[in-house]
Amino acid sequence: MNSAVVLDNVSKRYRLYHERNDSLKSSFLNFRRGRYEEHWAVRDLSLEIPTGSTFGIIGENGSGKSTLLKCMARILTPDAGTIQITGKVSALLELGAGFSPELTGRDNVYLNGAILGLPRQVLDTKLDEIVAFSGLENFIDIPVKNYSSGMFVRLGFAVAINVDPDVLLVDEVLAVGDEEFQRRCEQKFADLRASGRTIVIVSHAMGTMRNICDQLAWLNQGRLREVGEPGNVVDDYVEEVHAAAGPPPDPEGGARWGSGEIIVDAVELVGADGAPRETTRTGDSVRLRLHYTAHKRVERPVFGVGVHRLDGIHITGPNTKQAGIELDAIEGSGHVDLVLDRLLLLPGTYDLSAAAYDWTLQHAYDHRHRFQRFEVERGQPAEEHGLVSLGGHWEQMTENVSRL
Amino acid sequence: MTTLSELASSRELLSNLMARELKGKYKRSTLGWLWSLLNPLATMAIFTVVFRLFLRIDPPVGSPSGLTNFALFLLCGLLPWNLLAAGMVEGAGSLVANAAVIKKVWFPRETIVLANVAALNVTFLIELAVLSVALLVVGNMVLPWLPVVLVLVALLSLFVLGLALALSVLNVYFRDVQYLLGIVMQLWFYATPIIYPVSLVESADFGRWERVVLTIYNLNPMVHFIGAFRDCFYNLRFPSASAWAVMVGVTAVSLAIGAFTFRKFTPRLAEEL
Repeated sequence: MNSAVVLDNVSKRYRLYHERNDSLKSSFLNFRRGRYEEHWAVRDLSLEIPTGSTFGIIGENGSGKSTLLKCMARILTPDAGTIQITGKVSALLELGAGFSPELTGRDNVYLNGAILGLPRQVLDTKLDEIVAFSGLENFIDIPVKNYSSGMFVRLGFAVAINVDPDVLLVDEVLAVGDEEFQRRCEQKFADLRASGRTIVIVSHAMGTMRNICDQLAWLNQGRLREVGEPGNVVDDYVEEVHAAAGPPPDPEGGARWGSGEIIVDAVELVGADGAPRETTRTGDSVRLRLHYTAHKRVERPVFGVGVHRLDGIHITGPNTKQAGIELDAIEGSGHVDLVLDRLLLLPGTYDLSAAAYDWTLQHAYDHRHRFQRFEVERGQPAEEHGLVSLGGHWEQMTENVSRL
Repeated sequence: MTTLSELASSRELLSNLMARELKGKYKRSTLGWLWSLLNPLATMAIFTVVFRLFLRIDPPVGSPSGLTNFALFLLCGLLPWNLLAAGMVEGAGSLVANAAVIKKVWFPRETIVLANVAALNVTFLIELAVLSVALLVVGNMVLPWLPVVLVLVALLSLFVLGLALALSVLNVYFRDVQYLLGIVMQLWFYATPIIYPVSLVESADFGRWERVVLTIYNLNPMVHFIGAFRDCFYNLRFPSASAWAVMVGVTAVSLAIGAFTFRKFTPRLAEEL
């Protein structure tokens, strides 16, 4: 098997300066440029990426994924080990890097193309394609400083993707532009894959990684933790992150807020048997039970729960007010249940949020964001694509029925 | 680091970066490119008034040309000096100015510095052309000397390139470099015979330090570069062999230091920026 990328014992070390000395004075006084600690972002990493495959790299923030990608892109130089790449490399790390604001879109296509290593003749023939891909036909002759950020990124993507690389390195830039543009990007990636190009992707979008990658590598603190079939690696990764996390991670940073008149004590998944559980199956009858304590009398509270996928997508967020229920004043402890006759979530891991608000929905008594996690296993309906099942069933109608 | 074939393929990039420098310069100003001529002309006018009229510095008589004109004498030194000054100052800031793209895309980094010096050369050549016309008007037949001037331009540009390469990476690690440069360039300017003829230094009375002072003065490579430009433009004579030896020598040293420093510091450029 041919390898497009061979990493042999690659290590990359960063210097973390305590007090960064950029000035000559301090360096003369200290006889060196500040004290620093060494941090190994990537350590003794060996990998072979087969030619023509789509290879994903996952890992938590700070695990060294992006550093590794930058080493492959030659932006960073490894401190030890070797990287061999066969063919032409193009990196989608930041779109439109190197655009010059005063120059027109057209000039920037040539400039950026040259930075990415495209000869002028090739750019001449590809210009129309690039402009069409970006959808900026009417704006190509105005300075890019007048572009919106969306236009800027689209043009950057259009140039970078048209470099026609043998090896394409992508760092979480798949989600740019509107839906139409996204569709075009996906199509372009599919074309590149079909034409036997090697693609290396770094991303947190586990669902996408599971679907589009042929192989996945999981990095943990700069070392290779696991490499193999995407489904297995994602499952192991999610399981470990889940286990290690204790309280589930909160990507937005503020896990809990509110004035505290009502406290959300817990939210749990209750099975048909009335017992709390952490795992259920698609199609099961369950309740999402929100336990609260009101330390003083609160009029007309509103309770709500939210279900999130691990990549942060908010799947649903029902509350009592929108359901048309006006609760009486509460005081003391109690619980409210969201009754689900059939849980239509697809197999996977989900986070629950729960909140108590006042009647205007403007004031939070207690909002706990993604603080409880549960698993959904394969059940009925046995679907696996998309976000949720719509719970439908199939009927087949034969059209040329011969009636005797 | 960078192989020759990569440098060759980055010619494309070089011309693009150069075009960016040139197109971006004076953009949105009404006079545009005229500014690149107006600037040295304004400096010339100011210096001529101050040093010729007020301080009464006499321009030397061109030998063998016989030309006596302070403004033209001044320009012959000022234009090459401007290439050096702009090349060093802009060169020193060039990598920092392009930090965004250096952190995100790989390409031979030296192209940025190279493009900077190359773009300055375009303006420099235009300025020299205007100077030549002015000299022809006052009767100095400079045309036969222009090929020699081109060789001088090439030498000076390589000398500047070497310095710019070294300064550009040093400035990434020590941002003081660009500020320090302001002082250094001022000192260097007055240590070079631009607004005064060398004869003034030679005839000055330094007592028993005379030999030492003159030796130190002549260690300044720009003394020889400016002298050579004046020989071709003002005096209409071939620069001396010793001047050529010094110019070729310092250019080689400057390029060697520049290339060495640049190579040593580029691997960690993206993380230090």
